[in-house]
Amino acid sequence: MGVTGATFVFGKEAPARPANEEVTEFKAILYDSTKCIGCQTCEFSCAEAHNLPEPEDFPEMGVVRKTDENRRTVVNSYDTSIGEVYVKRQCMHCNDPACGAACLTQAMHKTKEGPVIWREDKCMGCRYCMVSCPFDVPKFEYDSPNPKITKCNMCFERQEEGKLPACVENCPGEALLFGTRRELIAEARRRISENPDVYYDHIYGETEAGGTSFLYLSPVPFEEIGFNTGIQKASYPSLTKGFLYSVPAVFVLWPMMLLGIQDATKDKQPKTEDHE
Amino acid sequence: MNNTISVPLSEEKKSRWKFFLGELKPKGKMFTWFNVISIPIMLLGLGLIVIRFWKGIGSITNLTQEVPWGLWIGFDVVTGVAFAGGAYVVTFMVYILNMKSYRSIVRVTVLNGFLAYVFYAGALLLDLGRPWNVINPIIGNGFGTSSVLFLVAWHFLLYMLAELIEFSPAIAEWLGAKRACKILSGMTLAAVIFGITLSTLHQSGLGALYLMAKEKIHTLWYSEFIPILFFVSSIFAGLSMVIFEGSITHKVFSDQISEKNHEQHHKILRGLSKVCTGALFAYFFLQVLVFVHSKNWDYLSTPMGYWYLTEMLGFVLLPMLLFYYSYRNNNITLIKVASVITMLGVIVNRLNVTVIGFRWDAAVHYVPSWMEIVVTMAVIFTEIWIFRWVINRLPVLRESPSWAKNMH
Repeated sequence: MGVTGATFVFGKEAPARPANEEVTEFKAILYDSTKCIGCQTCEFSCAEAHNLPEPEDFPEMGVVRKTDENRRTVVNSYDTSIGEVYVKRQCMHCNDPACGAACLTQAMHKTKEGPVIWREDKCMGCRYCMVSCPFDVPKFEYDSPNPKITKCNMCFERQEEGKLPACVENCPGEALLFGTRRELIAEARRRISENPDVYYDHIYGETEAGGTSFLYLSPVPFEEIGFNTGIQKASYPSLTKGFLYSVPAVFVLWPMMLLGIQDATKDKQPKTEDHE
Repeated sequence: MNNTISVPLSEEKKSRWKFFLGELKPKGKMFTWFNVISIPIMLLGLGLIVIRFWKGIGSITNLTQEVPWGLWIGFDVVTGVAFAGGAYVVTFMVYILNMKSYRSIVRVTVLNGFLAYVFYAGALLLDLGRPWNVINPIIGNGFGTSSVLFLVAWHFLLYMLAELIEFSPAIAEWLGAKRACKILSGMTLAAVIFGITLSTLHQSGLGALYLMAKEKIHTLWYSEFIPILFFVSSIFAGLSMVIFEGSITHKVFSDQISEKNHEQHHKILRGLSKVCTGALFAYFFLQVLVFVHSKNWDYLSTPMGYWYLTEMLGFVLLPMLLFYYSYRNNNITLIKVASVITMLGVIVNRLNVTVIGFRWDAAVHYVPSWMEIVVTMAVIFTEIWIFRWVINRLPVLRESPSWAKNMH
């Protein structure tokens, strides 16, 4: 059911995939900012889907609205070289997420379906995910005695029911597209190559931070619409691999070495010094 | 038969209980300047902690969504644990290198280290949003083995255990438990080896925590060598704390210290300053290498660059030269001065990585609230209270009871 549902959802634009492959591939969302009209429907439907307060402000040129503990996605307006461009921001759902590697209880978890989700029963609220996330996505309820980490979960619970993420389902401008990551990258490439005048030739999220499951198309260079383009191509967890790999070596070699030194220095001191 | 045996046993238990209760009572004068200052702060801190658990972390801290770790992590945990590094260095010198002349400072150093872990790592609980889940990585409600924090958490726990074992003979001597004392003393070497291994990994691990915050930390303080720099600096951080703490305890608790240990203390300080010189040199050299390789020359002429140079020259190079000069010239006062400058330098360095250089370019800077500072001070004062309580009762500075002397 879920498989056929997903295929149907993507339907028209992408070739059908063998059923078994679809299950293991990361789901993703392609956001095409050339089609976004800044209507905030995604914000409203996100708030409704997650029982959050409705947004009370709107995209304004020059104002960078940020996601916070009460809103998981925002649309911002940027004054660019071609005029006003809208950009939706939310969790990027990295392929190899820094938050997931940072989490010592696996509360922050990259599902095999693609969404990065947070699990309440595991989290201890250390906020190391927030320290590590290069996109500053996870937010924390500082004013609650029982705080949660909040962020976009790509409507994982809706996906499990075979439904689309709320923002994708309700987007009136078809700026959002849901599918497997591979299909969406192919689709994004197709759009760029068919309309090279409309698009800036880059898919943000294809390689950034080791690749993300939220992919962006833009009419202008990405630094003009508030993206960090200096972000590293390798995944962020790879930054700690060297350290973590050295741990077993130290754990095995250190005690041996220490015992050796201890043995070598034993009794070399003249007994007279040790009165006790 | 059974009765005749159990009666004296229970009586002994009773007397031990009485002894324990008696020991709980305060000793010494109540109206000292230390008490007068520390008690109000501890009470205020306690009140703030109640508010924190009642209304959330945001009610007393200035933490933001961009800067989720502030003073409590950057100072209490990261800096506090560096200062607690003296225990693994001194036990390494005494038990592994068999430098027996340092034996008289082992117990007080291990006690200091243990309490530092209990309190400063314990202060972590205040910073956890959901502290009731703190056991999850231990009981396996998610073994986040790819997390550096997972390693650090486990190491904190295990290292506290190792230090407790290292210190436990003193507890056994206090309680007059002869058999236990013998068994526990026999476990010391294993605990020391385990403890040094753990310390190597989690002292560097505290630095490795920040490896993923690559774009967030000012480039003068971020490098892939943070773990090694943190480890090397924990050596002189810990030893400077030993020198500093030793010069205070030798004044405050001078009645407990034997004539012989008093005399030996100057020799110990000289030896430690020699080690500090070496460690500071290694650290300075590493920092220079890291800097040269990172090609950050342009940043030196910015305000952050001046701050970086201040740290490197004023708080690393200068105390190194002071330590060198003072141990060559046997200048004990200067050793103490150098240890204080070194400690300030370690605080500056850890805060530069964790707080000052973290999101240094943000529009709104994180500055700790007065309440965060009060809670931090309350934690430190409580630790000193416990430290004093233990020193006044257990054979830490004073000689072990005569029956225990031939045990180690």
